[in-house]
Amino acid sequence: MSLQKPLMRGLLAKRLRFHVPIAFALSMLAAVGWKYGVTEPRKQAYADFYKHYDAVKEFTGMREAGVFESVRPSGE
Amino acid sequence: MLRLTAGRVGSLVARRATVALTTSSARMASHGHEVSEIADMSKPMYWDRREIPLPDKRYKDILTPADESLKEKEKGPWGQLSNEEKLALYRLSFCKTYPEMNQSSSEWKTVVAGVLYCIGLTGLVIIWQAAYVSPPAPRTFDAEWQAKQVKRMLDMRVSPIEGFAAKWDYEKGQWK
Repeated sequence: MSLQKPLMRGLLAKRLRFHVPIAFALSMLAAVGWKYGVTEPRKQAYADFYKHYDAVKEFTGMREAGVFESVRPSGE
Repeated sequence: MLRLTAGRVGSLVARRATVALTTSSARMASHGHEVSEIADMSKPMYWDRREIPLPDKRYKDILTPADESLKEKEKGPWGQLSNEEKLALYRLSFCKTYPEMNQSSSEWKTVVAGVLYCIGLTGLVIIWQAAYVSPPAPRTFDAEWQAKQVKRMLDMRVSPIEGFAAKWDYEKGQWK
């Protein structure tokens, strides 16, 4: 009935040695995934939108639709 | 003195507690119903808990003469104790071993069933409320009003880059 003496020390260090690299890797993966999955497409979408953006045309469209209070549609 | 009707406490402890508190036990006996074991919580108690490896007191308080002699033998060199004696000494001090204590049970099934049942009852109550309690919806919920609202949002160019108006084709006058 003589059992092996159980591990008494270094339990936290052992756990950290195993889990911290995994945590680091997953965090890096999440960061890289977010950058190339979300932020880069978003920046591209904004760039594409403003490449051929005509502010006056948009303003006129909104004015004619009647959403402004300072300027009414050109008909009135 | 603190008292607790706890079913977990061994009957031996309860017998000692009721012997010590004769007046209260007499009062309760006069009521005529069964009193479950009472534990005096102001004294050290025995607990089978993972986080308490060495409880405040030994499990068995009242020792038979055989147990007493075993305790005497324990005072000598432990190499002279047989395996059965070591196990007997363990069981004097502790009720359950760690594996016995950590045994999982099927209680979770009852809990999940109870939770789902209560959610179901709540659902029925909500359905009844929707039919008999809630007032009529405001006019902003009408289909016609909602259509006008969508048109106004598109006219205002709400979120034209990645959101709402970005999905509308202004040349063709339809959703992309």
